Formats: sequence, C-alpha cells, structure tokens
Amino acid sequence: MLAHVNDSAGWFLEHAWLIPVVPVIGFVVIILFGKRMPMKGSEVGIASMVGALVLSIGTAYQWIQRVDAAHGGHDEGSAIARGIAGFGRSLSAAASGEESTYVAPVIKSWTWWQSGGLEFGLGQHIDGLAVMMLILVAFISVLVQIFSLEYVRGDRRYTHFFAALTLFSGGMLTMVLAENMVQLILGWELMGLCSFMLIGHWWEDKANSRAALKAFFTVRVGDVGLLVGTAIVFFGANAFAVDNFGSNGFSIQAINAWAMSGEASHDVLLWGSVALFIACIGKSGQFPLHTWLPDAMAGPTPVSSLLHSSTMVVAGVFLVARVYPVFWEGLSIPGSSVNFIVLIGGITTLIAAFLAFVQNDIKKVLAYSTVSQLGLMMMGLGAGAWIAAVFHIFTHAFFKCCLFLCAGSVAHSGSHHSFDMKKDMGGLRKAMPVTFACWMIATAALTGFPFLAGFWSKDEIIATVGKNGYDVFFYLGFVSAFLTAAYMTRATYLTFFGTPRGAAAGEHHGDEHGEEHEQADDEAHVDALVHAGAHATAGHDAHDAHGHALAHDAHGHDAHDAHDAHDAHGHDDHHGAHHGPHESGKLLLVPICILAFLSIVAGFLQAPAFGESFEKLKLWVEPTTAPIATDDLLVGGFGQSVAVAPRAAAEGEKVCGYVAPSPGQACIFPAVTHPPFSWAKAGVATIIVFAAYAISFALCSLVYGTRRNKLQGLTGRNKLLGAGHRFLVNKYYLDDLYEKVVVRAVAYPISQAAYWINQRVLDGTVDAVGKGGRRTGEWIYRYVDQGAIDGLAVNGSGKAASGTGGALRPLQSGKVNQYGALLFGAAALGALVLVIVNI
Amino acid sequence: MLINNFLLLGAVLFCIGVYGVIARKNAVMVLMSIELILNSVNINLLAFSMLHGNADGNTFALYIIAVAAAEVGVGLAMVLLIYRNRKSIALDELSEMKG
Repeated sequence: MLAHVNDSAGWFLEHAWLIPVVPVIGFVVIILFGKRMPMKGSEVGIASMVGALVLSIGTAYQWIQRVDAAHGGHDEGSAIARGIAGFGRSLSAAASGEESTYVAPVIKSWTWWQSGGLEFGLGQHIDGLAVMMLILVAFISVLVQIFSLEYVRGDRRYTHFFAALTLFSGGMLTMVLAENMVQLILGWELMGLCSFMLIGHWWEDKANSRAALKAFFTVRVGDVGLLVGTAIVFFGANAFAVDNFGSNGFSIQAINAWAMSGEASHDVLLWGSVALFIACIGKSGQFPLHTWLPDAMAGPTPVSSLLHSSTMVVAGVFLVARVYPVFWEGLSIPGSSVNFIVLIGGITTLIAAFLAFVQNDIKKVLAYSTVSQLGLMMMGLGAGAWIAAVFHIFTHAFFKCCLFLCAGSVAHSGSHHSFDMKKDMGGLRKAMPVTFACWMIATAALTGFPFLAGFWSKDEIIATVGKNGYDVFFYLGFVSAFLTAAYMTRATYLTFFGTPRGAAAGEHHGDEHGEEHEQADDEAHVDALVHAGAHATAGHDAHDAHGHALAHDAHGHDAHDAHDAHDAHGHDDHHGAHHGPHESGKLLLVPICILAFLSIVAGFLQAPAFGESFEKLKLWVEPTTAPIATDDLLVGGFGQSVAVAPRAAAEGEKVCGYVAPSPGQACIFPAVTHPPFSWAKAGVATIIVFAAYAISFALCSLVYGTRRNKLQGLTGRNKLLGAGHRFLVNKYYLDDLYEKVVVRAVAYPISQAAYWINQRVLDGTVDAVGKGGRRTGEWIYRYVDQGAIDGLAVNGSGKAASGTGGALRPLQSGKVNQYGALLFGAAALGALVLVIVNI
Repeated sequence: MLINNFLLLGAVLFCIGVYGVIARKNAVMVLMSIELILNSVNINLLAFSMLHGNADGNTFALYIIAVAAAEVGVGLAMVLLIYRNRKSIALDELSEMKG
C-alpha cells in the first residue's frame, strides 16, 4: 500500500550535486585570480564554503521534510513515534507487523565517460547519511576557514592554502554524495592529493615534506584495497544491477541491494569487504597503517583540525557505513563475536590511546585521540552499531575540531607557536580563559562527560556492541573510555594547569623538570624543532600582523627586539620566549565557541534516554530495513531523479539482513539492532570516566607538579617502566618496521635481488645455485638464528635486508655484453620451453 | 621448400647477430649486430606472410624497420656521447652500470 506519494523531491534535494561543485569552482577561481584579490583569495574560499553550507542546509531541511512526509506528515510527535517503531528496533519488533517506511533516496546520475559499453556516472545519492555528512563537512569547513583567516595570515602561500583547503572540502563533499563507487574514488583521491598539499604546506622544512609523503604513501597502500575491492564488488554486482536496476555494478544503491539479495556469493562479498576495509585502514588511520596520522600534524593547525574531524579520516568510516550491506554479509556481522573490522577497530582504539600518554606535542595527543576514536567507530560498525558509529562521526567532528582549534589558539597566542606541552605550556587557564573554557567543554564531550555530545554517541556504540554479542569489545570500549579520559586529563593538566613553563611563562625558566626532559627522545625533539622551524619561516610574519590586529591586548608586544637575544641561549625550540601568553583574537575564538556550543548540544539529536522524540538522527539517517519492491528502487535513467513513493511495509514482512528478500523485492539496509538506553551502563561508563579524571589528575599533579617526589623520573629509574615508556615513545616500533625494514627491503634489495635471481636462474649454473645455497645458509645462520636469539628482530631484519642486497651486488657486472648474453640465454631457454611444451 | 630457405637465412642471420652482440667490444659493431637480429626477424615475418598469403607480416616488417631506424639513431647518439667523454667506445671498459 502506498502511504504517500511524493513526486517532486524539492529543489535542494534535486540539486544537491551542486554542493561539491561550488567549492571546486571556488578552487579554480582562487588558483587563477586569488593573488590579485583584496583578501588574497580567502574570501572566495569562505564564500564557496558558505555557499555549500547553505545548499547543504536546504538539502537537509527538505530531506527532513521528506522523511516526515513519508511518516504520515501529521503532527510531529506521532510521526516520529511511528517512525521509530517502523525503523525496526529489532527482529521481533519488525516481525510483529509494525510499519516500516521507505524514504527513497534522491538518486541522479549523468554519464561521465564510457568504456566498452560501460557507463561511468557522476551523480548524487542523497539519503540520510549523505545529508548528515554534507552538512557536517560544509559547516566544519566554513569554521576552519574562518579560523585560518587569522591563523595563517601573512603566510607566503596564503592563497594556495585556501585553494587547497577549498578543494579538500570539495573532495570530501564529492565523496559523500557519490552515486557510484567511481565517483567515490574520485572524491577519495581528491582528498588524498589535497591532504598531501596541505600537510606539506611548509615544505621548505624537510620533515614536513616527509610527513606529507608519508601520509600520501601510507594511504596509498590502503587505496590499492579500494581499487581491488571496487573491482571485486563490481564484478559481483554487475549482472544483478543490470538485470534489476538498469544501472551497473558501480552504483552504490545496486551494490547494497545486491549484497542483501541472497544471490551474492559469500566469497565475493568476503573478499570485497576485506579489500574495501583495507582502504579504510589506510584512510582512517586504523592499525597497522595509523602511523601517518600523527605525522600529519606537520601541517598547519587548521588543516589538522579539518583533516581529523570531518574530512579525510572519517572517509574510511563513511565508506564502511555507505556500503554497509557488503560488510554486513561479507563479514557475517550478525551473530559472530569477532570479525575483521571489529578486531582492527578494537586494536586501534586501544593502542592509539596508550600512545597518547607519551606524547609531548599537544597536537599529537589529539591525533592519537582521533585514531582511537576512529577505532571506536570502526569497532561499532564492525559490531553492527551502524547508527551509533555514524552518530559518533557527527559528534566527534564538533569536539575534535574544537580541540584542534583550541590547540591552535594556544600555540598562536599562548606558547608562541610551540606545541610542546611540557616545555612551552602550563598554567594557561588564567591567560586564555575563553580557550580554556572551550577546551574543557570539548574535552568533557570527547571523554564522555554525562549529557555532552560524546556521552551519547560513545555509550551507544559500547551498548550496541555489547548487545550484539561482541563481549570482549564491549569491555574494551570501557577501557578505551577510561584511557581517553585519562590522557585528555593529562593533556589538559599540562596545558592549562600547573606552573607556566617556557613560552607560556613569558620568559625562559630553568630546567625544573630535568628528569622529564631527559625522557624526551630524539624524535620528540625533532618534532619540536619541526614546528619551531616551520613557524620560524612562516609564522613570524603572521605573528607580527597579528600583533597589530590585537592592539588592545593587555600584555603588549614590546619585546620583539629581545627575540634574538633569547635565541642566543641555544634553546631553538624556545624561540618565542618574548611574548607573554594572552587570549586570541575574535576570528580565532568565534569558531571555537560555536564548536564548543555544538559539543554540548549535538548529542541531543540521538539521546535515547529522553524518549523517542530525542532519537531524531535515527529517524532521519537510518535507511529502511524492510524489503522494498525492486520497481520502487529502480534508477530512472541517467540525469533523471527518481521519485519513489514512500511505502509502508506490509504486515509481517521479513527483515533485511537476516532473510533474503523475496523475488521482486530488494533490501538496501540490514536490520541493525538498537539497544534500549540503560542508565546502569551509562552510569558505569560515567563512573569509569570520573575515576579516570581523578586518577589522571592526581598522577599528573604528582609527576608534573613542582613539588619533588618519587614519581618524577620513575621511567628513568625503573627498568620495566622505562622499557614500556620507550616502547610507547617509539610508537611500538611500527615506523621503524615500515621504514627500515619494509620500505628498504622493497625499494632496494628485493628489486635488485629479484632481477639478479632471475639472471642466475637463467644462467643455470650449478655453481651459482651452490653459492646461493651457501649464502642463504649463512644468511639464515647469521640473521635469523642469531637475530632471533638476540631478540633484536627489528634491527636484525633491517640488516638482513641490506645484507641481501650487498651479497647480490657483485653479480651486477655492468658489462653490456654480459647482459646481452643473459638476455639471449633467457630468450633461448624460453624458446626451448615453448618447443618442448608444444611437442 | 622455399619457406625453409627463408627461415634458415633468418636463423643464420640471427645467430650472427647474437654472436656480434655478445662477442664484439666495439659499440658500433654491437649496434650493427642488433640490426642484423632485427632484420632476421623481418625475414621471418615476410616468409610467414608469404606462406599464409596474409599482408599482416609485411605491415609488421615495415613497423620494425621504422623502430630499428629510431633505435639506431638513439644508440648512435649514445655511442657518440660516450666517445666524446671517454675517447673510446670499447664496451668492456664501460662498467659504470655496475652496482
């Protein structure tokens, strides 16, 4: 039965594809004319983002109208109540014959290019998830660009910065409303490129360009998975899509329907989902490819903020949420107690949280916090907590963006461009009250302080994970909540409490915390220098301009001349000891305050504790879980919008994700479970969080306080703790593993070895084989045997890699004739083989 | 059979070419030997083309002649540069590619 026919979708819904077009045009304009404009192109960037935001808001408004209309369109309360019931709380609820309503996504597609009879489309797929992400990305981008106005003022590549920032948002928006996988890849790669440009914005510094390359290449490793996964899914879904929808195997709607149809081979789904998830591991900084994310802090703070809140890193999470049925079926999410996604997510959330404890750089703490939260989202998705994970994307964006902007504000005005919490911060709460207040709100929201944004989303993830039978990960969620609260307390303490140090004190103190400083390993030191160096080139101009802008500043800027004298002390990273800390200007504070406000209220979009009228997000975002007639899903052809009648599910209809739809029907989304809100679980989580606050604060005031006591320098005295600390400081040696072992092994010796092993085989001499055998024996004896006994696996493998290269090097004579001989020998052998085979 | 003669000629030319590439020290001689090899391939192509009464082989032979001309151009340019730098085009002295 048709509940309500809604033929015209509304202008904004029909034209949602304009949203990414606006920033892309903005990018072109900035690149071409930016430098000649009065504000160096930044006005175009902000205008285009505001344009995108207005369009997104219009789209969201009309989408909500559409959903409400589909639910009957009378008074709000009953519509929502029916909607909630209809969205299928669980198997039993839907099976007992409650109503489910299908709100058709607004899908449009145009042919982009054709190849071999296959049409690659560009278009839009506007449903609740897309709408939420659109509004989130556009909104955060606007705020970050406003923040950047002040933050990077006077930078030598100011125009390019805004151009890249705008295109970056454009890439994310393209991906978010992608109608098909090809368009999704387009947006995904656009972001990859822009993140490279932005992280390496101050590329004069070698460390920055290295960080940019690292980010790019690490993500690229995962991107192989995206291509492979898309190909697998395409070949799996194509026939189904052509038969039923007249589209092809790239269409996201068709992929989802195919995955749930019961016709798909489980193996195809399994490998497709694994390959796609590998892409998400790279993009969303999951273990073991999370190493690029903290290094990406080399970019300017607004970039970190944008990158880590709503764009780039949530792209992976978004991908999983987007083609969720593929993962649902491929990894058998319902009914299992562990799977690939939930495992990776769980590991990530835990190890990243541990790493956050040993960082001295405030941005790196936040970076690891992001990694940890992304792990939590993935864990939620892997365990079937779809709406909770999507909700966490939403809330996380606000408070994490706020935290990053606060860190930027602190560095800008409080610690003179240093991000080192131990050296240049401390006690800033009095000098920077507004930043402090916003930081506290965002921290509370992140850690799950009751009734703030993070409380609702995080608890919902944990509760759903527990309800779906992923017990281990349920407890792991609590551990993660504890750790999050603890390391954020540490960061807060170091930044805003205690005694001011270094730049925050306005002058250079003696080395009061000698032991702690000794702990700082080389890498942390280098990082500090990176920031110092980067700001030395670009930041000073900015700060001078800033000084004029803030003439009302209480502390004044009378000590510019003292700068050189201070540097002469030899403390390079203390180069800014001449400014007293002060509050930032309005351009910095306004975005921060808006975000802090949203960190408080965003959670009430999905606060099941207060009844169903507070579960709006689920109503608006979650697709229907009932089977729909395939005709209703039909894509109406390229360039046309499909107006599908929202349709109530028949009584007793089967639920998607557990039973295959009957012929002529299709499912687009599995029936995910929604646990009822439990005050007991929320209470336990709250107690854990408060305990973490208390313990961490007490420990911090002991360890970092001025009073001397036993805890200070403990890691230096106690061997076991010291080893643990070193292990964490070195980031589990993963970077060493990648750079010293994997990269070196792949880049140099293996390629050489492969080439030369070929030649040797072709040579076919017994002698070479014998020698090779002996060398292998020696190699095994020397490196594997002894290396294993020594327990220096990492160093050993590194040496082994270069050893192999060295051993094989003499074979490369450089004589052209010899190469020729080998070539012809190979050809002759090949010919011989062919002849023998043919006989 | 007629075709056998062609193929035999091709094989002989090929072997001479391979011998030249492997044994000669003079870079120009090596380039000439490579030409011999390419032309032996051409002869084979033409022979088979004739056998099957199909023009494809002829076309390929034309392509190969063009490619060979280009290759010799590049090769001679390299030899010239090497000579300018080292006053010698003896290949056995050129082992900078070692590594």
